[in-house]
Amino acid sequence: MAPGSPPSTQERGWLAGLGRMARTTAFKLSAFYLLIFALFSGIILGYIAWNTRRLLDAQITETIETEINALAEQYRQGGLRRLVAVIERRGRQSGSFLYLLIDSRGDAMTGNAILRVPVQSVSPGWSEMRYNWPDEADDIARRAKVRTFILPSGLRLFVGRDLEEQDRLQITIRRARGISLLLVLLMGGFGAWFVTKRVLKRVEGVATTSAAIMAGNLSERLPVTNTNDEFDRLALHLNAMLDRIGELMTGLRDLSDNVAHDLRTPLTRLRNGAEDALRKAETLEDARAALERAIEESDNLLRIFDALQMIARAESGNLATSLKPQKLEEIVSSLAELYEPLAEEAGLTFETRIGTDLLANANRELIGQALSNLFDNALKYGVKPEGGGGSLIVTAEKSGGQIRIAVADRGEGIPEDKRAAVVERFVRLDASRAKPGLGLGLSLVAAVARLHGGELRLEDNAPGLRAVLVLPEAVGSAGRSLAQGLALPEKEA
Amino acid sequence: MKILVVEDDPEAGRYLARALNEAGHVADLAADGEVGLEMAMAGSYDVLVVDRMLPKRDGLSLIMALRAEKRTTPVLILSALGQVDDRVLGLRAGGDDYLTKPYAFTECLARVEALARRQNPQSAQLTYKVGDLELDRLAHRVSRAGEDIPLQPREFRLLEYLMRHAGQVVTRTMLLENVWDYHFDPQTNVIDVHVSRLRSKIERKGHATLLHTIRGAGYMIRDPGR
Repeated sequence: MAPGSPPSTQERGWLAGLGRMARTTAFKLSAFYLLIFALFSGIILGYIAWNTRRLLDAQITETIETEINALAEQYRQGGLRRLVAVIERRGRQSGSFLYLLIDSRGDAMTGNAILRVPVQSVSPGWSEMRYNWPDEADDIARRAKVRTFILPSGLRLFVGRDLEEQDRLQITIRRARGISLLLVLLMGGFGAWFVTKRVLKRVEGVATTSAAIMAGNLSERLPVTNTNDEFDRLALHLNAMLDRIGELMTGLRDLSDNVAHDLRTPLTRLRNGAEDALRKAETLEDARAALERAIEESDNLLRIFDALQMIARAESGNLATSLKPQKLEEIVSSLAELYEPLAEEAGLTFETRIGTDLLANANRELIGQALSNLFDNALKYGVKPEGGGGSLIVTAEKSGGQIRIAVADRGEGIPEDKRAAVVERFVRLDASRAKPGLGLGLSLVAAVARLHGGELRLEDNAPGLRAVLVLPEAVGSAGRSLAQGLALPEKEA
Repeated sequence: MKILVVEDDPEAGRYLARALNEAGHVADLAADGEVGLEMAMAGSYDVLVVDRMLPKRDGLSLIMALRAEKRTTPVLILSALGQVDDRVLGLRAGGDDYLTKPYAFTECLARVEALARRQNPQSAQLTYKVGDLELDRLAHRVSRAGEDIPLQPREFRLLEYLMRHAGQVVTRTMLLENVWDYHFDPQTNVIDVHVSRLRSKIERKGHATLLHTIRGAGYMIRDPGR
């Protein structure tokens, strides 16, 4: 270790702790408040001291004034001799009045004090001067407030009062001021330390937990003390965020498991088909057929891939910026028109009831894709179980700020307890998987609905299924946007 | 037709160029964005097929540089990014069509040929005639051998698109994109039903078949006399 006295680790740790404390916002704020408080305390105490002093001063003046009045009365009644006698008598009394009467030459005629001033040149009125009692040593100088009079005979009369009492009070007050300031600083400092320590502890709790979360322990949650303070609210928000992230992570994990499973199946078929063809195909025709099947399988794989990617995009919210005001009735009718021939071919009666002014912030492609999935489903599963027929009814209407687009069929429907499940990825109700499909159609519709701030509702059409895409209506009505459109050219003109 | 393929994967590039050559076109190959831009500026190509992710200069930047130089050569963008917003970005950069990888070659060929046709000034003519089938865009009228055929608006647009690309293969996705303006892939044969309805309206017994199904690719309307 280097020579000298380097601070011990403990000391250094303590210093570092203090330094860290001093850098916190809580500490800075506390210190600032403390400073302001000390300043105001000082000002108030100073004001009190000044006021006390003024009061004492007035009191002394008044006492002296009374004394002088009494002396003047004696002088008026008994002349100089009476005055001298009174002064002599009073001067002997204990008490702190001091008297001095001098003649025109400056010699003391009577009095109980020696004034340390050139007595002859003192002008009449109030003044503060040094004095001492005759029996005291010369070097003791007391302070007194003195009123000087010039009597008609040219005599000078000094009447004063000692200021020691006042000075003592002043000192007491000053000391009290110092002590109270010290107390304020001490208590404030302690308060700041306490608050900062508390805040630091909370922040450190958050930091420790986030460190644990960053290290991969996603189940950790920030401590909440139930005091409902700002830290609690922050912690609750962060915890909610962590919950959401956890959900997404779980979703992602489930998805990748499902992807692994559902991509492996067609990949296996693809591989088996190719192997089979390699082994068995004898004619060019056989080989050609096997290759066509292989291409079909790979197309299927690609479709799964596309659908998953699209769901992921829609769920991540990345596409939210692509939402623009759209007239949903146009999208619905174009899709209905696209699917109508197919429905009729499948032996379904096709019916549309589409309202007007169905304005929503939407991505036309995604809504189109979602509706196309609903139509595909209705065509696939909406045929009456007992030997064909049935109907496909498309409705689009708005009510209460919501736009409801429904595709209803008369098929077997979905049992109530399975409705939540079919929205999940890769869930298909016919275990045999006799009909072609990916098991992603409704998940995609649900993801698109969520992206638009709406939802997919699966309802009982008794019998059959009614899939309802519920989307929030755009606030700006068509009428207003028309008005804006009309207003623009006027501005330009 | 002279086509420039800008594709960095040598195998995919060679495959595409060879297939285009076999289809009767002349295809050159550039392996990165810089070379691609140089060749596109220097040569007189009818269509460019540009991969979106390229070394040295990416596909979108290549197209923007080309458009900044007032070159209007139609461009087909090939990309592994097939989502809605990617397509919009690609078209906004100046691309004319967008094809997601992996693609069927027939789809690619059909689109390349359609793009070359679009460049042709006579593509936007007012009337089309294929054999004895006539379509008048202004009057919104279709007739076969002088006999009027009433069509729904969408059927009219479908026929118009097919006739504009007469003699060319038109794929199902091209029809969905250009007639319905949707870019997703419907899982059922929705387009086929529309085409077969149209076919039942325009074909006549005793007359030559005009609207053909091209197996594994799409449809083509063709003048039997040629």
